[in-house]
Amino acid sequence: MLQLFLKNGLVAKTTMTKEKREIIIFLIFTLAVLITPFFLRGSYFLNVLVFIGINTMLAVALNLLLGYAGQISLGHAAFFGLGAYVSGVLTTRFGLDPWLALVIAAAVSGVLAFIIGFPILKLKGHYLAMATLGFGIIMFIIFNETVAVTGGPSGLSGIPNIQISSLIFDNDWSNYYLIWTITLLVMLLSINLSQSRIGRALRAIADSEVAARVMGVNARLLKVQIFTVSAVISAMAGSLYAHTMTFISPASFGFNFSIELVTMVIIGGLGSIYGSFLGAAILTILPEFLRILQDFDIIVYGLMLIIMTMYLPGGLISGLEQIAGFIGSKIKSRGGSHA
Amino acid sequence: MDNSPQLFQYVLSGLSNGAIYALIGFGFAIIYNATGIINFAQGEFVMLGGMLTLFFLVFLSFPLIPAIVLAILISTVIGIAFERLAIRPLKNATPLSMVIITIGASILIRGIAMLIWGKDTHAVPAFSGNDPLYIAGATILPQHIWIFAITLLIIAANKIFFNYSIVGKAMRACAYNSQAASLVGINVKTMVLLSFVISSAIGSMAGIIIAPLTMTSFDVGIMLGLKGFCAVIIGGMSSGLGTIMGGLLLGLLESLGAGYISASYKDAIAFIILLLILFVRPEGLFKQKETERV
Repeated sequence: MLQLFLKNGLVAKTTMTKEKREIIIFLIFTLAVLITPFFLRGSYFLNVLVFIGINTMLAVALNLLLGYAGQISLGHAAFFGLGAYVSGVLTTRFGLDPWLALVIAAAVSGVLAFIIGFPILKLKGHYLAMATLGFGIIMFIIFNETVAVTGGPSGLSGIPNIQISSLIFDNDWSNYYLIWTITLLVMLLSINLSQSRIGRALRAIADSEVAARVMGVNARLLKVQIFTVSAVISAMAGSLYAHTMTFISPASFGFNFSIELVTMVIIGGLGSIYGSFLGAAILTILPEFLRILQDFDIIVYGLMLIIMTMYLPGGLISGLEQIAGFIGSKIKSRGGSHA
Repeated sequence: MDNSPQLFQYVLSGLSNGAIYALIGFGFAIIYNATGIINFAQGEFVMLGGMLTLFFLVFLSFPLIPAIVLAILISTVIGIAFERLAIRPLKNATPLSMVIITIGASILIRGIAMLIWGKDTHAVPAFSGNDPLYIAGATILPQHIWIFAITLLIIAANKIFFNYSIVGKAMRACAYNSQAASLVGINVKTMVLLSFVISSAIGSMAGIIIAPLTMTSFDVGIMLGLKGFCAVIIGGMSSGLGTIMGGLLLGLLESLGAGYISASYKDAIAFIILLLILFVRPEGLFKQKETERV
């Protein structure tokens, strides 16, 4: 079936619409995700892939805000943490079902984002950056200091795994497919959103908010809505993180992680969903290689942020596209000379 | 129960922290007015001031004055390098790319500091001992006096430089309208570089005078930088009285809040104030509202 699809895709390349191409790319990506575990030995790599999945969700969520609507958030780890803590507290202290906890976590985060979104997104540029940063730090302090609820700096343990009837997601294989199913859904939703009227309106806001408003885009509401969607996805990722790790502590949700998320989006490519995957993958794998350097990986992040913004503002994905375009044109010109 | 000595201690430490926040805020304002950039790496120069002084004073046993001078010099050189390597080459920079580049720089500087000096928190010896002075029944550390004196000196020097010297006036002209300034023969690029020089020097000085009171480590720059930003936001992005008031107000509220409400939420107080100001009066407490030009 897929073979047929691909063949059709290749044959119809010249007349292929953009939508068709998107579908084919997504199907290839999905196939790759589904079969990857069969080529890996040992649970270590699977475990890394689970983290790449969670980080991809977070990077895609931030990209909707940063890459499409052009609004920065330096506090997105707060929504990730909120999702994890709401889910963790509800399941450990009140015995709620993890699925229900996940839904509540996403809802709480969404409501909070919607409420603070109006005053925060009124701000622009540097001021927005500082306000979201301040919000992130306030949430981090709350995770740390409400010891009676969250367990404080020593963390919250014993969070139950997600369960579907008798299937418990407590090993790397099942977690891999659980996380990646949801990650793929998030990616599909985001691609869909970016190609829709809303996506175009968001890009218009990023280019010039005033111009977008003149054209009849309700910029203020739309920004808050995309902020809310982004927060909901981040909280879902947080909840899934809590249920796969079964242990959470505030250190995972601090300022540094917010910056790491921005780094993922920037090095992958602003406004590219697959770029976010690429960024998330690189920033998840890199520390594994830099383990000998321990915490010095932040030097590498700092350098990457500066160099990418200065020399490759479109991120790695645009670099890949440029290379592909270059090779493509070479092949084409060679083919042309033969004809 | 008479608790006025306690209150006095809170006010004193609030004011001395507030003076530091105001100085850091000055650094933000000077660069912002020259370039329109909020330098997220500002706090790292404060950290560098403290750590470099510690390095020369304790590890290399230099005398105090040379240690301080060297610390300021090196921080300033790093500020110049930052402007030349990361800010100047950038053309058509958006606010977003500026935020990201300065954040990148701040992570880089912090990382290198950690690489060189490790992760430990260090105590820096006070400038003139730790014997408290007794004034009207209250105790005051000599370091507090140093902080107030040096802050006043920097504020005065700042005022004289920007209001009376030809270079200072040229910088203000660039802040007001850089195109017009370049038309009358002012070298805007030099003025931008100079703004980085002044602001990294003031930042490191702030770090040097606060280090003996608060201890120092590679990561103090984040919090100090953010609080300095909070001060300058209250002051409406000016390097004048508004920011001084903003810094002192923030320091006082933080210190009293920590003393009477909850010490563990001390840092949260600053950020709640920051958010409130940004939500309600983003143009600062002391400024008139301006219309946004499109």
